[in-house]
Amino acid sequence: MTILHVTGLTKRFGTTDVLRGIDLDVKRGERIAILGASGSGKSTLLRCLNFMERPGGGTITLDGQVLGREGKAGERLYRESELIQVRQRVGMVFQQFNLFPHMTAIGNVMEGLRTVRGLPKPEAEARARKELARVGLAEKAETYPAHLSGGQKQRVAIARALAMDPEMLLFDEPTSALDPELVGEVLNVILALAKEGRTMLLVTHELGFAYHVATRVIFLADGAIHEQGTPDEVLKNPKKDRTRAFLASHKQFSF
Amino acid sequence: MRWDFASVFENTDALLVGAAGTLRIFAICLVLGLSLGLLVGLGRYSRNRWVHIPATVFVEFFRNTPVLVQILWFYFALPILLPFQISPLAAASLGISLNSAAFSAEIYRGGIQSIETGQWDGARALGMRWGQAMRRIILPQALKRMLPALTNRAIEIFKMSTLASAVAYVELLQQGKLIASLNYNPIEAYTAVAVIFFVFLWPLVQFSYFLERRLRRDE
Repeated sequence: MTILHVTGLTKRFGTTDVLRGIDLDVKRGERIAILGASGSGKSTLLRCLNFMERPGGGTITLDGQVLGREGKAGERLYRESELIQVRQRVGMVFQQFNLFPHMTAIGNVMEGLRTVRGLPKPEAEARARKELARVGLAEKAETYPAHLSGGQKQRVAIARALAMDPEMLLFDEPTSALDPELVGEVLNVILALAKEGRTMLLVTHELGFAYHVATRVIFLADGAIHEQGTPDEVLKNPKKDRTRAFLASHKQFSF
Repeated sequence: MRWDFASVFENTDALLVGAAGTLRIFAICLVLGLSLGLLVGLGRYSRNRWVHIPATVFVEFFRNTPVLVQILWFYFALPILLPFQISPLAAASLGISLNSAAFSAEIYRGGIQSIETGQWDGARALGMRWGQAMRRIILPQALKRMLPALTNRAIEIFKMSTLASAVAYVELLQQGKLIASLNYNPIEAYTAVAVIFFVFLWPLVQFSYFLERRLRRDE
């Protein structure tokens, strides 16, 4: 069953076309790895899907509901309240974590439940403890982000997104800002979520991880989907030259 | 030259009345100035030009005119234009509050802009509205960074309260002038006024250092 349906998505920053017409269908339980060189539009695509960036053109349908309405010039107009609903249903994890430094780990995880959902404190706290335990950080609940390692910060950020019960999770290079020895703990948490059958889109440079976790791999180039298919098809037997060149450059220093 | 504070101590009651007047106008201007400043500062930050332009005009006008002139204008000129009298307290409070609002608006704006965009991203990704993100995520962090500047503002407001004596509002300096002219003891009278100000302000500054240390505990 399709949860997200994207047609003709475009985005332009100034005079640069970052996305040039993306068509994408995401089914429930799918795990899509998005690969591409820097500047290929991976992050922008992800950020358009939960409207952190307003798409320039095209339509996004979430769970059968077409978002926005058509304006006079054919552009799409979105109401802020509609986008706020979407963001609650589509969770996001950032490269730089973006934890709230003035709140403890559990404070971060509770924040959406308290402020956005309006849950009473005891309920929000119980829920937040559960999510922190899920990412293996129950004992760090009262710690401020400044005293957490990068890997722990990212796990708190994942717990924060999970607390909102999102139907879909977007990961924007979740391990790119981490020291190499901390990457594993974050990938393990994401792997556990994959095993639960969660729907997720993951922008990553961890090709091995993408191969093991993704149900589909999309290779973006110049703001368009250049090649897509199963991990075996795209990562082992790429058909297009640019995909091959990209994969070769990533394997350059591996054994 | 002999220092003789006896004539000042004889007028302790007058100084106490003056101190009460100073504290009253300080409290009024602190609350009005800093809260109005937040509104104007948010207005300066707004992308809507019907909000942005008036806020900018306000800031520029009140930053570039002397408070003393504003107080005299509110006291002497406004009643000619409008059909009511205005008390010395109201005129002085208006002048000092609006001036402080203009200066603190710039502090708020700078503080809010200094917060990384990732914080907005984190808040918005949870589904927060602009106001929720501002109140829960941005302002608490910005206030911490602004605290030294806002404390300076508060100290400035306290000292600016002496300008109210220009419209004969009863505060410390006004009472000091009175004592000095009645007893011919300007050295003692004005020294006493200065010492009283120091006694009020020094703990305020120490308190601000304490607050800064406390707010830094999450780092």
